[in-house]
Amino acid sequence: MLGLIGKKVGMTQIFDANGKVMPVTVIKAGPCHVICKRTIEENGYDAVQLGYEEVIAKKVSNPMQGHFKKHNSPLFRTVREFRPSFDQVSSDIEIGSTLTADYFTADEYVTVVGNSKGRGFAGVVKRHKFAGFEQSHGVHESYRGGGSIGQCAQPSRVFKGVKMAGHMGNARTSIKHLRIVKVDIENGLIMVKGAIPGHRNTLVLIHKEQ
Amino acid sequence: MDILQIVGRDQIRTDFPDYRVGDTVKVHYKIKEGSKERIQVFQGIVIQKRGAGISKSFTVRKVSNGIGVERIFPQHSPNIDKLEIVRHGQVRRAKLFYLRSAKGKAGRIKERRRFTA
Repeated sequence: MLGLIGKKVGMTQIFDANGKVMPVTVIKAGPCHVICKRTIEENGYDAVQLGYEEVIAKKVSNPMQGHFKKHNSPLFRTVREFRPSFDQVSSDIEIGSTLTADYFTADEYVTVVGNSKGRGFAGVVKRHKFAGFEQSHGVHESYRGGGSIGQCAQPSRVFKGVKMAGHMGNARTSIKHLRIVKVDIENGLIMVKGAIPGHRNTLVLIHKEQ
Repeated sequence: MDILQIVGRDQIRTDFPDYRVGDTVKVHYKIKEGSKERIQVFQGIVIQKRGAGISKSFTVRKVSNGIGVERIFPQHSPNIDKLEIVRHGQVRRAKLFYLRSAKGKAGRIKERRRFTA
């Protein structure tokens, strides 16, 4: 799906048309520079390549500098490709142009992709919403344990995929179908209803859904 | 966090009187019933103010037929028609949760005499 690269600013609340409080996440969307396009004839797939956050040459690896030079583009910290979904067309996006928050309109739906907050090595209660055990009634030393992970003689092994403790979070996470409440073109901000993955100032991809 | 303050700035209301915790206030609240709109008045003591910016809210407590009723209003809600101060209270706390369990004399709030030159 086509879209923009942005940064999560944070959450706040606004009042909707009925005067009800609505939780919103503010995202700084763009400006994104269109570096080049991938085409089916040349590359085997259709996509638009966007650059976000201009940086000095020192911050960019040599191979990437060559890539930017080839397309006569400034240097960017982040480069991502967006592939149009079935009914989207990338033909109206010009190479060398800049996409800003006005690429979105209010009341349209977007998918936001980001890295969720890392929780470190988390136990089963936090990671898989296990209930744990009672704090009393004779339970000893296993208040937040996961219980049994399998049987003895048959099958005498632990099945693959059994939910256990382990690393949680800091994984690519998509939230689909978030409604854009407001677009602030002047400040390059969009506001979506509800939460999005990651901490503040984290990189997010905002995909158009229609 | 500056950007977050820009976001709700156009919705922030500045037409409120300077009310404090401990004041007795009348909140005129707009209620929509279908297409009709009417105003309901909720009178009580402000027992807490919390939050900042657009998220600021305050709690009003009253005792109705012997039963304590508390209502939380978002301060910048467009549904608040107006806020009237009935009586200024003199209190030494920012949160008056002790009123919930206070009986008789302990539940009273002294009136704050405003300084007039």
